[in-house]
Amino acid sequence: MKTSRLSLTINGARRTIETPPMKRLLDVLREDFQLTGTKEGCGEGECGACSVILDGVLVNSCLVPALHAAGANVRTIEGLSPGGSHPVQAAFARCGGAQCGICTPGMIMASVHLLERNPHPSRLEIQEALAGNLCRCTGYQKIIDAVQAASEGDEIADL
Amino acid sequence: MEPHVVGLPVRRKEVVGKITGAAKYIDDVQLPGMLHGVTIRSTIPRGKLLNISFLPGVPWDEFTIVTAADIPGSNVVSQIHDDQPMLARDMVNHPHEPVLLLAHENKDQLRCARELVHIEYEPLPAVLDMDEALEQRTIIWGQDNVFKQYLINKGDVDSVWAEAARIIEGEYSTEAQEHVYIEPNGMLATVSPSECVTVSGSLQCPYYVHKALTTLFNLPSHKVRVIQTETGGAFGGKEEYPSIIAGHAALLAWKSGRPVKIVYDREEDMVATTKRHPSRTRHRTAVSEDGRLLAMDIEFTIDGGAYSTLSPVVLSRGTIHAAGPYRCPNVRVRSTAVATNAPPHGAFRGFGAPQSLFAVERHMDRIAYTIGLTPDEFRRRNFLRSGDATATGQIITQPLDLPGLQERALRSAGYYKKLETFRANSASALKRGMGFATFMHGAGFTGSGERHLASVVELEGTAGGNVRILCSMTEMGQGTNTILTQIAAEALGIAYEQVEICPPDTALVPNSGPTVASRTSMIVGKLIEQAAGEFKKRLWSDDELPADYSPGQFSAKLRDYQSVCGPLRTRAQYHEPAGIHWDDEHYRGDAYGAFSWATYVAEVTVDTITGEVQVDEFTALQEVGRVINPVLAAGQIEGGIVQGLGFALLEKVTWNQGSMANNQLTNYIIPTAMDVPPIKVLFEEIPYEYGASGAKGIGELPMDGPAPAILNAVVNALGIAFDHVPLTPEDILSKLSQNGKHAHDAPEVVETIA
Repeated sequence: MKTSRLSLTINGARRTIETPPMKRLLDVLREDFQLTGTKEGCGEGECGACSVILDGVLVNSCLVPALHAAGANVRTIEGLSPGGSHPVQAAFARCGGAQCGICTPGMIMASVHLLERNPHPSRLEIQEALAGNLCRCTGYQKIIDAVQAASEGDEIADL
Repeated sequence: MEPHVVGLPVRRKEVVGKITGAAKYIDDVQLPGMLHGVTIRSTIPRGKLLNISFLPGVPWDEFTIVTAADIPGSNVVSQIHDDQPMLARDMVNHPHEPVLLLAHENKDQLRCARELVHIEYEPLPAVLDMDEALEQRTIIWGQDNVFKQYLINKGDVDSVWAEAARIIEGEYSTEAQEHVYIEPNGMLATVSPSECVTVSGSLQCPYYVHKALTTLFNLPSHKVRVIQTETGGAFGGKEEYPSIIAGHAALLAWKSGRPVKIVYDREEDMVATTKRHPSRTRHRTAVSEDGRLLAMDIEFTIDGGAYSTLSPVVLSRGTIHAAGPYRCPNVRVRSTAVATNAPPHGAFRGFGAPQSLFAVERHMDRIAYTIGLTPDEFRRRNFLRSGDATATGQIITQPLDLPGLQERALRSAGYYKKLETFRANSASALKRGMGFATFMHGAGFTGSGERHLASVVELEGTAGGNVRILCSMTEMGQGTNTILTQIAAEALGIAYEQVEICPPDTALVPNSGPTVASRTSMIVGKLIEQAAGEFKKRLWSDDELPADYSPGQFSAKLRDYQSVCGPLRTRAQYHEPAGIHWDDEHYRGDAYGAFSWATYVAEVTVDTITGEVQVDEFTALQEVGRVINPVLAAGQIEGGIVQGLGFALLEKVTWNQGSMANNQLTNYIIPTAMDVPPIKVLFEEIPYEYGASGAKGIGELPMDGPAPAILNAVVNALGIAFDHVPLTPEDILSKLSQNGKHAHDAPEVVETIA
């Protein structure tokens, strides 16, 4: 298969690989960089388990071809806090926002994306921002609680 | 001793891995030299397999190919009956039945190869629904297309019809529901001469998979090892099907000599694996002049798909719950699980009870409307009370106050006030309504099931002075790790952090039974308490067991003990509490050690222009014994309610020749954050003597109530009866266009609500 050289910034570090240009960003992250925190739930952009932030935009990485990420700045769950101390991660842990954990990385990235643009969202704004991320365990209540709790902390405003 | 750990909202034990993305699910695991495996499946519902050919286009000599002929042991998926093959040999009995397996190290090559396997069939007539199965014109399973039948017979139903003031009939049905755990199924197998077959992956029941593999390979049990990896949701959907994927991966590993991983994509997972059994329930009920239940005659039928799998036990639970939480002197439940040429339906949270409870709780509203009582008053007159006998003759020995529970739930939801307000504003195109359901869920295996399982747990001291739990209960999001740790810490009088839990691995942990049936806290938790009692006794000989000790003193004592006496390890095995009797032949006796009880209240708005139903608020009050962790318990309830909301309103499987046609998340719709109402979760805590720290089962209960509560609310809003879930906007518009006149509890029904 034909490959191209791809340079991009992942979680602040400049990286270069040889990859088929149409390889999914999801697979680039998981296979080429072993960043397996980004999950595949459906492969068609419906579930949001593969959510990452690409140049400030929340995307489903299963729908993004590698070449589209050339030169881009990609943020994944691994870029928050390895110990889970980022305020959104901490709020998910405290409020019961993670159950089986498979939607959690994508859900946290979507929440971070929301709070960075809108530090004090209403409950409805949280629901709207997370509507592209499916969770089958929690019924969303504890996730919404977690985002609300994170938004009430002082740390978010300083991110 | 440490202050209490049970009852506190301690953090989920494995939470850091989950919030950082470090937790390893099977799709995240790679082994050197690993191949990827895929399954080639049947494309017709039923027929003879004539020929398999491999079309040119890929280097076939690079592929590992496995067919039924390669199986070293028995070609069965070992469960209750051994009727399901691991790979079809001569016949296929449903679409997407596994026929052949391929493995290759390159996923792209596999994708190409998959399209180049050509299977020829001689199609045979297929049975595609329950009625066709019962007509028996085409026999596809056994002598009569029937997997199992039960009869519950209490009193004499037929003696009552003549004297009854009213006889009310109704028919209710539910459709298949897909689990949609967000992590699709996956398994990784290795085969080595010393250890033989090792499989790890996403699963609920390590020892079910273990049994299936020993049968498939004809190996002694110590030559098979099953390890659970982090599991991204299951809900029953990873109870029985993982045995098949494990078997397939292991066969490919066995033949290739290399590790093989099979991970389903979403479309394959949805189309090929199990779903909730479709059901139909017919009720015929005799009621006295003063609104007392005299006789309940119930016919409950479920569609099991092509092989029996777990259908007999799903049918059992549905049958036992079919008469609901009501006292009635004469009850007959006749139930049947039939075969159709669809992929087998299987375990799904609630396990038959959401189906039969939907029927009985819709039927109770129908009776109330028909005889002119309010739904709450009619139920109040007929609830089971302490000392009463259920349909199977089980005497309720625990404290039970269903009128009180129901009243508290209704008041908390503002039910009475809202009914009035909504009726006053009924002129709008947006109709609002209130509905509720009162119901129960039996915890643990049915009847003599727990006695036969005879589950075992162990506790062992670690070198560092902690205590480790050894059991086969799996964490799949519901909180096993946390809850069992809390129970152990409480019983040992030590801190939450001092208890470790061993990941489920059949080489390391005893068989504590499967992680199903709302049994983890109540049954297995209790065993952990017992093993903890023994642990303390052994650590301090009886006469010097101190009244108080600090966590540090405990650890020091444990380290001292182990340096002299070696590792301290205790075990506990399930023994049935005295006084439990079950008669499997007549389906009579104590069906469950304990029931959890609940009233769920739904408030809805129905848009009569679009037919859409919105759930505006939901109130869930339950009595589940002692609550071990309030955050996790509420999380379980909320998650179950939202799955139930999907079951009631959104989740519709479209069938085409026995095959799910909408096997994508694009067109099989589950609730999103935008679909969920505020949910008020309330607990009534009555400790249960035989459950760990007083806990009863909780996991399945919240799946039972939402569908009837929501449908009852829609009926209240529109004054038109709906008796089928999922209830779609099309169903509503279709009935609205009939002007409601042909519907059962027509407009006057609304008038009768006090």
